[in-house]
Amino acid sequence: MDKMPKWADVILTPLISLILAMGISALVILAIGESPWEALTTMVEGALGSSYGWGFTLYYATNFIFTGLAVMVAYHAALFNIGGEGQAAMGGLGVALVLLYLPLPHWGLALPAAMIGAALFGAAWAFIPAILQAKRGSHIVITTIMFNFIAAAALNYVLVNLLRPVGSMDPASARFPDATNLPSLSEIAAGLGMDWGRNTPVNVTFFLAVLACVLVWALIWRTRLGYQIRALGKSEPGAVYAGINPVRITVIAMLISGGLAGLMAINNVMGESERLVLNAVEGAGFIGIAVALMGRNHPFGIFLAALLFGFLYQGGGELALWTSIPRELIIVIQALVILFTGALDNMVRMPLERVFLAARRNKGAAR
Amino acid sequence: MVAAGNLMGGRSDAAAPAAIELRGISKAFGPVQANRDINLHVPKGSIHGIIGENGAGKSTLMSILYGFYKPDAGEILVNGRPITIADSQTAIRAGIGMVFQHFKLVQNFTVLENIILGVEDGALLRPSLSKARGVLKRLAAEYQLNVDPDETVENLSVGHQQRVEILKALYRQADILILDEPTGVLTPAEADHLFRILEGLKAEGKTIILITHKLREIMEITDNVSVMRRGEMVASVRTAETSPEQLAELMVGRKVLLNVQKAPARPQAPVLEVRDLAMVDAEGVERLRSISFDIRAGEILGLAGVSGNGQTQLLEILGGYPPKGARISGTVRMNGAPLPLSGRGCDAGQRRRDGIGHIPEDRQVEGLIMDFAAWENVAFGWHDAPEFNKGWVMDNDAIRRDAEAKMERFDVRPRDANLAARNFSGGNQQKIVVAREIERNPDLLLIGQPTRGVDIGAIEFIHKQIVALRDAGKAILLVSVELDEILSLSDRVAVMFDGRIMGERLPGQTTTGELGLLMAGVTDSDGVPPGPARVTDLPEGRA
Repeated sequence: MDKMPKWADVILTPLISLILAMGISALVILAIGESPWEALTTMVEGALGSSYGWGFTLYYATNFIFTGLAVMVAYHAALFNIGGEGQAAMGGLGVALVLLYLPLPHWGLALPAAMIGAALFGAAWAFIPAILQAKRGSHIVITTIMFNFIAAAALNYVLVNLLRPVGSMDPASARFPDATNLPSLSEIAAGLGMDWGRNTPVNVTFFLAVLACVLVWALIWRTRLGYQIRALGKSEPGAVYAGINPVRITVIAMLISGGLAGLMAINNVMGESERLVLNAVEGAGFIGIAVALMGRNHPFGIFLAALLFGFLYQGGGELALWTSIPRELIIVIQALVILFTGALDNMVRMPLERVFLAARRNKGAAR
Repeated sequence: MVAAGNLMGGRSDAAAPAAIELRGISKAFGPVQANRDINLHVPKGSIHGIIGENGAGKSTLMSILYGFYKPDAGEILVNGRPITIADSQTAIRAGIGMVFQHFKLVQNFTVLENIILGVEDGALLRPSLSKARGVLKRLAAEYQLNVDPDETVENLSVGHQQRVEILKALYRQADILILDEPTGVLTPAEADHLFRILEGLKAEGKTIILITHKLREIMEITDNVSVMRRGEMVASVRTAETSPEQLAELMVGRKVLLNVQKAPARPQAPVLEVRDLAMVDAEGVERLRSISFDIRAGEILGLAGVSGNGQTQLLEILGGYPPKGARISGTVRMNGAPLPLSGRGCDAGQRRRDGIGHIPEDRQVEGLIMDFAAWENVAFGWHDAPEFNKGWVMDNDAIRRDAEAKMERFDVRPRDANLAARNFSGGNQQKIVVAREIERNPDLLLIGQPTRGVDIGAIEFIHKQIVALRDAGKAILLVSVELDEILSLSDRVAVMFDGRIMGERLPGQTTTGELGLLMAGVTDSDGVPPGPARVTDLPEGRA
C-alpha cells in the first residue's frame, strides 16, 4: 500500500520543500537589509515576465534537461554519475570537431552530425569510468568526478594549443560556419510573423530536449533494456539470477548517460556560442544532479525541475542586475532549493505521509 | 474452534507468580494493527512457546518487551510489578535478555570482548575482562555453555555463536530469556544441545520465552504455548494438553495437512547428471568437493544440510551464475548434453532456455525485485521470452495478462498485479516466484528453501505444486534446511556437509537422527560439529 497518493508524492512534496527554501531565502535577504518581496518580483519579472526572460529561462532549462536525464538514466542502474560536467564538456569538443572539419552545407545536415559527435564524445568520456566500475569495482562517483577535472584540463589544452585560430588571443575555437548555425526560437517566431524572444539564446535544441524526455521515458519503462537497467539498479544479485549481465548493462547505461550529457553541447556550443569556448558547461552538469533528484528521476519531473532551475538561473541574473543583492546570494538561494528539494526531502515527506495516513485512518473509522 | 482463549490466565495466577504478564497490549503501525489486546501470562521458571505465522505479530510483541517499540495501550508486569520499558537498557535492568535470530555480535572481537561490550566497568578493559572470565567459567560449568573465551567470534560455529549470545544475556543477569527462532541455523544435534541448555536454565529458575514456527520444538521443550494469529493471541494452552495438529489449526485458522500427500514416484530417464563437480571460490576455499548425483524425470531429490555447506554454490552453478572468480571442475549433463560451467555459455538466461527453472534461496534478494510490481516480476528472468516482447519494446499488456492469470491460478493475495512485490506477505511473494518458475514447465526445477519465512497455509500449497510438477514427469532438486520438509517431499534424500555429499537415503528408511549425524559430518552426541579432519568417507558414499 502506498503511503500517500501519487500527486502528493510527486507534486506536493517538492512544492512544500520549495516554499520552505524560499522562506529561508527571504530571511537571508531580509538579514542583509533588502526586501524579499522586491527580490521575488524582480526574479519572476526578469525570468518569466517577458518573452526575453522566457528565452533565457528555456535556454538554461534545455541544458538542465539533458544533464538531468543523464543523471537519471545512470541512477536507474544504481550508478551515481556526477561526471555530467566533463561529459558535456567533451560533447562540446565533439560538436566543435564535427562542425569545424566536416563541410556541412546546411544546419539540417549539421545538426544530426553534431548530435552524433556530441553523444559519441560524451559517451566515450563516460565509458572509461563505466568499464572501471563494471570490471574492477572502482567507485563511479570517484572516477567520474576525477574525469571532470581531466576533461577540463584536456579541453584547456586542446583550445589553447590546437583549436585556437592563428593570431587569436582567446582560448576558443574558430567560429563554426554560418551555414551550421541553428535557428533560434525568436527566428522561428519571426518566420511565423511573431515578435518573440528577440536576442535570446533559446534555439531548436529545446525541442530536442523535450523529445529526449519522451525517448528516455520510453527507454526506461517500455524497453527490455530499460527493464534490465532498472532490475540491475534495484538488485544486482537478482539481476545475476535473472541472466542479466551486470557488466554489460552498467556499461550501456553509462554510455547512454554520457551521451545525453554530451548532447547538452548542441544547445550551448552549437546553438548559443557557435564556437567552442573555455568552460562552456558552466556547472550545468552539477545542476543536473539536483534536477534529477528534484524530478524524482522521472523525465516529466526532470522537465519541471529543469524549468525551475532555469528560472532560478535567469531570475538570479536579473537580481544581480537590478538590485544590490550580490550575485553570490543567488547561489545561496539556488543551494537552498537544492538542499530542501534534494537532500532534505524526507523532512517534508515523512510528516506529510503521517498526515495522509491519519486522514485515511479517520476516513476508515468514519465508515 | 478448539480450546481457545486465555485458559491459564486465571487458573495459575495464584500458584506460580508470573515472570512476565502482559495485559491488553496493542500496537499499530499506520493502518496495520500488529498487536491487538494481547494478554500473556508466563509463569516463573517455565519455558513458554510463542508460535504464529509470519506477520502474526510475534516479533512486534517481543520488540515491545525489549523496549524497541512503545505499545499504544496495555500494561507490562515483570515479576508482578508494573513497568514501562522505554528502551533495551530498561529491559536489561528488569532482567530481560534477548537472543535475536540474527546474532548481534562483533565478528572480529573475541568472545570475552563481545560479552562485556556495553557493560564495561570503567575506562580500562582489563578489570572487566578478568571479571567476565570468572563469570564465564562459572556459567559454562553450570549450564554446559562451553565456549573458548579468547576465540574470535568469526571462528566460532553458528551454534557456538548462539551460546555467546545466551552468555551475554546471562552476564547481564537476565532472569527472563527470549529466544527468537533459535534453531533456524542449527543442526539437529546442535538444537538438542541448545534444548539441554534451556532445560538447565529452567531448572535454575530462569524463565524462557521461545519464539518459533517449528511445532516439533514446541511439543518437545515447552511447558505452555501461546498461539498468535493476525495480531491477536488466539490461545494459550498447556503443551501437554495439545497436539501439533491442533496448534497448526490455531495458527492458520483452518485445518492444515502437515504431511504432503503424494503417490510413489515413477522415475524415468536421468535429466541431470552431475559428475565430480568441484568448486574453489575466489578466496581459495573449497566449497564443493567432487559431487556426483543424478536426478531422473519424475522424482524429487532432496538435498539436506545445514546452510553454508555448499548448497548455495551448487544451486548457483546449476542455475548458470557461479560466484565470481570461482574455479569449477567436473561435468554436468542436462538431457545428455553437457552444460557449460564457466565462460560465455554459462549464463542464467541460457539455462532457462535449456529447460532449467530456478526458485532461488532468497526470494527477496534474488527471486524478486522488491520495488517492481508483481506483473513486472512475473517476467523476471524470462524477460527475453518472445511472447513478452515486441522487438525492442516489452509487451507490457501481455506480461500483465500473464501475471494476472498466474496470480489467479496460484491464489496470490491480494490479487493486484500492480502492487509492488515488497507489499506482499512472504508466502505470497514466494507464490509469485513459484508460479513464475513452475508455469514455465521446466524439465528440471532447482528449488532453494521453498518455504523459508512462508506461513503454513502457503507451505501446504507450494508443496502440492512441487509434487504436481514431479507427477508431470519433471526432475526436481530440492534444497532445504528444514529436515521435515525434505523428508516429506523427497523421493531420495542426499545430505551435504562441508561441500561433500555425505550419503544418500530413502526418506521412508531413515530417521532425522541418522540424517542429523550426516548433516554434522558424523558427529558425536555432544553436538559439537567436528572439523573437516574428522570427516571420513561413509560407506554409503554416492555410487
